[in-house]
Amino acid sequence: MRKILLAATMTIVLAGCQSTPEAEKPAGVEDRTPGAATKPPAAATRPVAPTTLGGNPLKDPSSILSKRTIYFDFDRDDIKAEFVPVVEAHGKYLRENRGAKMLIQGNADERGSREYNLALGQRRSEAVKKRLMVLGATEPQIESVSLGEEKPMCVDHDEGCWYKNRRGDMLYGGEF
Amino acid sequence: MIQALRAVIVALAVAGPAQAQLSIEIVGGGADQIPIAIVPFAGEAALQPGVTEVIEADLARSGRFRTLYTGPQNPPVNEATRVDLAGWRSRTADALVVGGVYPAPGGRYEVRFRLYDVPKQVSLGGLAYTITPAQARATAHRIADFIYEKLTGDRGVFSTRIAYVVKAGSRFQLQIADADGANSQTAMISNEPIMSPTWSPDGTRLAYVSFEAKKPVVYVHSVATGQRQAAAGFRGSNSAPAWSPDSKQLAVALSREGGTQLFLLNADGSNLRRLTSSPSIDTEPHFSPDGQWIYFTSDRGGSPQIYRVSTGGGGAERVTFSGDYNVSPRLSPDGKTLVFVTRNAGRFYVAALDLETRQTQVLTDGGRDESPSFAPNGKMILYAANDGGRGVLAATSSDGRVKQRLSVPAADVREPAWGPYPAN
Repeated sequence: MRKILLAATMTIVLAGCQSTPEAEKPAGVEDRTPGAATKPPAAATRPVAPTTLGGNPLKDPSSILSKRTIYFDFDRDDIKAEFVPVVEAHGKYLRENRGAKMLIQGNADERGSREYNLALGQRRSEAVKKRLMVLGATEPQIESVSLGEEKPMCVDHDEGCWYKNRRGDMLYGGEF
Repeated sequence: MIQALRAVIVALAVAGPAQAQLSIEIVGGGADQIPIAIVPFAGEAALQPGVTEVIEADLARSGRFRTLYTGPQNPPVNEATRVDLAGWRSRTADALVVGGVYPAPGGRYEVRFRLYDVPKQVSLGGLAYTITPAQARATAHRIADFIYEKLTGDRGVFSTRIAYVVKAGSRFQLQIADADGANSQTAMISNEPIMSPTWSPDGTRLAYVSFEAKKPVVYVHSVATGQRQAAAGFRGSNSAPAWSPDSKQLAVALSREGGTQLFLLNADGSNLRRLTSSPSIDTEPHFSPDGQWIYFTSDRGGSPQIYRVSTGGGGAERVTFSGDYNVSPRLSPDGKTLVFVTRNAGRFYVAALDLETRQTQVLTDGGRDESPSFAPNGKMILYAANDGGRGVLAATSSDGRVKQRLSVPAADVREPAWGPYPAN
């Protein structure tokens, strides 16, 4: 069962990745519209799809893989102990799903130079990437970038907010 | 990708003025201001705005002039009149401007003026412009530039433009306005952040960072046509563009090889080569006016400090030493002064370091001041400040004595960049 779920998830992730380059699809006439399969689906296969979607661990709130954000201390890029299990789960997922691609967006709080903060956010996203690769993810699967202080989750000017803004977000293909 | 394209609407710079106009408030006042009397130009009611008010506002904003109220003169005076300079001296004016606006063929106008040195009782010259009514404001800036240069010895910057980013709600706009904040026009609107705009020294293009691709990419944008091109869109983050003095190259901070490191490339994105190799953050590159050096921010010594490296490569030299946070280096046009942002007790200020004497002077007092940018004559520095949680633009004279504040109602204004002198 588990294997089937994983395989199904992988298909969805792959499908998500492949849906973008519209121009690269073969120049067939009949099946250009997404969803319009060449042969009509057998009636029995139709109810299966919702079951599979519900089992996507990346979207399932009860799965640790649905957790995508980790927070950092001021001027730090080390992954705090409380976030290690999340990062480990995603590393394992990427190792087991070679077709899955991830964008890690690092962020910084608002204090100081915007461009320097962009570099601090980059350091955080690269720290996450390194840890994921230690766990078996491959370099081509992960792009680490920074949004600096430009996309705050919280806009008050205090530590409560700054902590929420010093974060790394792990996004899979199709999610950004 | 289509979505990303849709999110970015590129507006031509010729589009109409935006509703969000910058308004300016002068905060400080300099010593040794030159008292100047500008007699309202005869016939200027034909133009909107009148030239006198624009000239007066320009000169007052520089902090180097005190404008004296003259009122209408009886009998009327203009550039052709023989003026009673002794009489003006008794009214404490050191300089006097008289002029007029006269109808010319084809719906045009001729604007003429003359500038006098009152104590010496001599004419310092005058000029005549034939203009369309739409050129009234630009002509007034030219006249203010003439007066400023004749009386201070420094070139005026009233005909230059500034660029900045406005955040209103979730929308980001890259705007361009005259140096006095008038005529603001939108060069680009995006739903994703825009940062680090910087003018090519030839004044034709802006380089900036846009997040429309959900990550930072450096674009070069032609101001007149609105055409734009990704100059650095490598894997990872692409940020902090700086132009070479000849407007042909960019220095950028890239993470494509890991970390944030400095690279040089041509403005069209070709000929990429790495400039620094360190295990630390190297960012915020800025060319020296002679093109020999790149000043930048690095935390290679433990805290962010300013360093410089030869554009030809080689080792970096540390430039700032006091304090534990000195970032955002910008050199004055004569190359003698470095301004930067310094942190003191958790607050941020713009400071100036005299590279010869090594004296540092803190120029601003806002506490959340950043992104300094020199006027092309080196006399003013534009920067981003904060007023009650809202971003505003501010300017300070290079000696810190005169301050201005420029704000847009109900919007966040940030990332100012002062443009070069106009080409003609």
